[in-house]
Amino acid sequence: MARKLPRKDVVIVGLGWTGAILAHELTESGLDVVAIERGPWRDTATDFNIGYVSDELRYAVRRDLFLQPAQETLTMRNTTSQTALPMRDFGSFLPGTGVGGAGVHWNGHTWRFYPSDFNLKSHLTERYGAARLADLQIQDWGVSYDEMESAYDRFEYLCGISGKAGNIGNKIQPGGNPFEGPRKRDYPLPPMEMTYAPTLFAEAARSLGLHPFPTPSANLSKAYVNPLGIAMGQCTMCGFCERFGCANYSKSSAQTTVLPVLMRKSNFEARCNSEVLHVNLDATGKMARGVTYVDGNGEEWEQPADMVLLCAYGLHNARLMMLSKIGKIYDPQTGEGTVGRNYAYQTNAGVQLFFDDKNFNPFVAAGALGQTVDDFNGDTFDHAALDFVGGAGINCIPTNGRPIGFRPTPPGTPRWGSAWKKATRDNYLKAFGFSSQGSSYAARGNYLDLDPTYKDRFGRPLMRMTFDFPDNDIRMSHWVSDRMEEIAKALKPRQYVQARRNKSWNSVPYQSTHNTGGAIMGADPKTSAVNKFLQSWDVPNVFVIGASAFPQNAGKNPTGTVGALAFWAADAIRNQYLRNPGPLVQA
Amino acid sequence: MLSGWYFFKPDEARALEAIVDRLIPPDDLSIGGKDAGCAAFIDRQMAGSYGDSSRLYTKGPFMHGLPTQGYQGDATPAMRYRAGLAAIDAYLKKAMSNRGFAQLTAAEQDLFLKDLEAAKVDLGKIDGKALFNLVLQNTMEGFFADPIYGGNRDMASWKMIGFPGARYDYRDHVAKHNQPYPHGPISIGGSPDWSRKG
Repeated sequence: MARKLPRKDVVIVGLGWTGAILAHELTESGLDVVAIERGPWRDTATDFNIGYVSDELRYAVRRDLFLQPAQETLTMRNTTSQTALPMRDFGSFLPGTGVGGAGVHWNGHTWRFYPSDFNLKSHLTERYGAARLADLQIQDWGVSYDEMESAYDRFEYLCGISGKAGNIGNKIQPGGNPFEGPRKRDYPLPPMEMTYAPTLFAEAARSLGLHPFPTPSANLSKAYVNPLGIAMGQCTMCGFCERFGCANYSKSSAQTTVLPVLMRKSNFEARCNSEVLHVNLDATGKMARGVTYVDGNGEEWEQPADMVLLCAYGLHNARLMMLSKIGKIYDPQTGEGTVGRNYAYQTNAGVQLFFDDKNFNPFVAAGALGQTVDDFNGDTFDHAALDFVGGAGINCIPTNGRPIGFRPTPPGTPRWGSAWKKATRDNYLKAFGFSSQGSSYAARGNYLDLDPTYKDRFGRPLMRMTFDFPDNDIRMSHWVSDRMEEIAKALKPRQYVQARRNKSWNSVPYQSTHNTGGAIMGADPKTSAVNKFLQSWDVPNVFVIGASAFPQNAGKNPTGTVGALAFWAADAIRNQYLRNPGPLVQA
Repeated sequence: MLSGWYFFKPDEARALEAIVDRLIPPDDLSIGGKDAGCAAFIDRQMAGSYGDSSRLYTKGPFMHGLPTQGYQGDATPAMRYRAGLAAIDAYLKKAMSNRGFAQLTAAEQDLFLKDLEAAKVDLGKIDGKALFNLVLQNTMEGFFADPIYGGNRDMASWKMIGFPGARYDYRDHVAKHNQPYPHGPISIGGSPDWSRKG
């Protein structure tokens, strides 16, 4: 039986990016806030120490900082006709855990979505007609880019994002992304200094009339002091970025941008190694009373609170809603229910190039140090004569030369023996790749619900993921792969090798930890779980913040939009909800 | 450097050392997998949380899955090595005049490994190709991981390919496009140069 703790104003589930931002914002309003985090406390000096952080086996291969499947995993299948089985090890995506969440070990690509991404259904229907979207379940977000602009700006300045604006106040800026929505000012820091491979990639892309620009990066190009007064250092391009914590205070994370201020506040408390089992609802099921969690000693506690903010990883937000009976679980047969609806992913492909006469020093790298071509992303190009919607950013961002994972050899090379060794030696410094990060548009049969068979360590059902790449997205990816082939040819390598995207989605090889949807935002409670302020339609003192809110995914990394949504939701709570607690949008 | 074996029995260790020395043979590019410590690396991995799958989801029911659903067996890596090496030994002793893997000639060893990789060896209940892939993966991990784990002795693999190891500041070299990096590797444990002076 859970022991009851004294009431708090706000309980936050998960202390990653969104939890830290919400906690900071709401404690500024004087609220008494507790964050409950199932993973450990982690900080730079103690947990990402330069003396041992450069350890590929421990962090990149054995994935020491990540959520371990023994703690929680999911079951997966490609279609409803299959039996879902547990992902006994994570592979295709790698959720985080612990303080800072996945924001500890991300690469740092920090994007804004396009204005047309936010009203995607209306925009595409108007431009291409409703028939083009018939096989998809695309929706509008209920919020516009213009409404989000200031939230994006605040996240970028919190982080010290290094980049080059392409559009300030509707004036196109040379050297930036000419397709981006208007921003009110430039990035806080200039772009990172370019390594060799992205430099060549950009030259080749320009020779084809494309518009390459430096990828907006949360690896800092210069020392920076953020608006909270927290100092960060210049990135040293060590090449131990994604899957690693940064030892150098150079990668934006909750640890490097928020926690040093947040942890000193007397009205904030973090409880680590404590896993929330469910949100407690009152007898009507319309109000949350707090949460129940199990601490590191296995003891169960009830934490009453006036508000509950779900700030876990997006997938886990959706699962907590299901386990707590907040809203109705989506049914793909009837289309009814909203929790678990519109799960989407990322549709990626790649190309690798081999040269004889070039040395790329692949180990001189950072998670987001590179160049992007966005001429074929979202709706930046005319799809009228094409047979798909959506697109992909083409990114040349060589993130590392860590040799357990990075050993490019041409096709036909043996996997072992002296011939393998020679090819490995000959190609290590002389190869690089670039890739397309494609949109993933929602489809009726792609969704999340609870597994009927498999349970977690507390006996609760695992979440079940049913997903395959929609035909639209496969057609999109192949078309963008054709464009990548043109860039590859312009680079004149000895050889290039394409890795195209085909069905079916395979849960084993790593692809992307950009899982979106499951608790999507929108204007209609029949087709969305939360309103435009990320407030549950069903339980208005619950807010659900994360990529779980994306109605579908764009061809961009989600964290910039996730961080902006955190500020957007915080504003709604501070400026509207606290004055008049209740639904902020009438259903 | 080594203080005995943690997991493998003497016969298993001998066979595994012979296997890793064919996967990564000694030649003019580098020492072989055996001298690099790849078998010792695998031994230590088997004795820890990788070997016993204690971080993975290991609850039943165990069902045969689709390729997209990943490994669905109930055997841990340690169990797979134990059973796998025994099955290889039994197979070879029957097929190769009572000789185990370590007693074969290098050419015979290579031929057997190629057949195992190509799923041409019948090891009964054991999936030989999957076993080969597991051993190959772990051998490469050992060869290319930091030497603190017992493989990659003297940073042999890093020297071979030109990876500078656990360095953390390349700011002086970012703009030096298409130029070789001038420094050799260092490990988390340091560099031999640091302790051999004086």
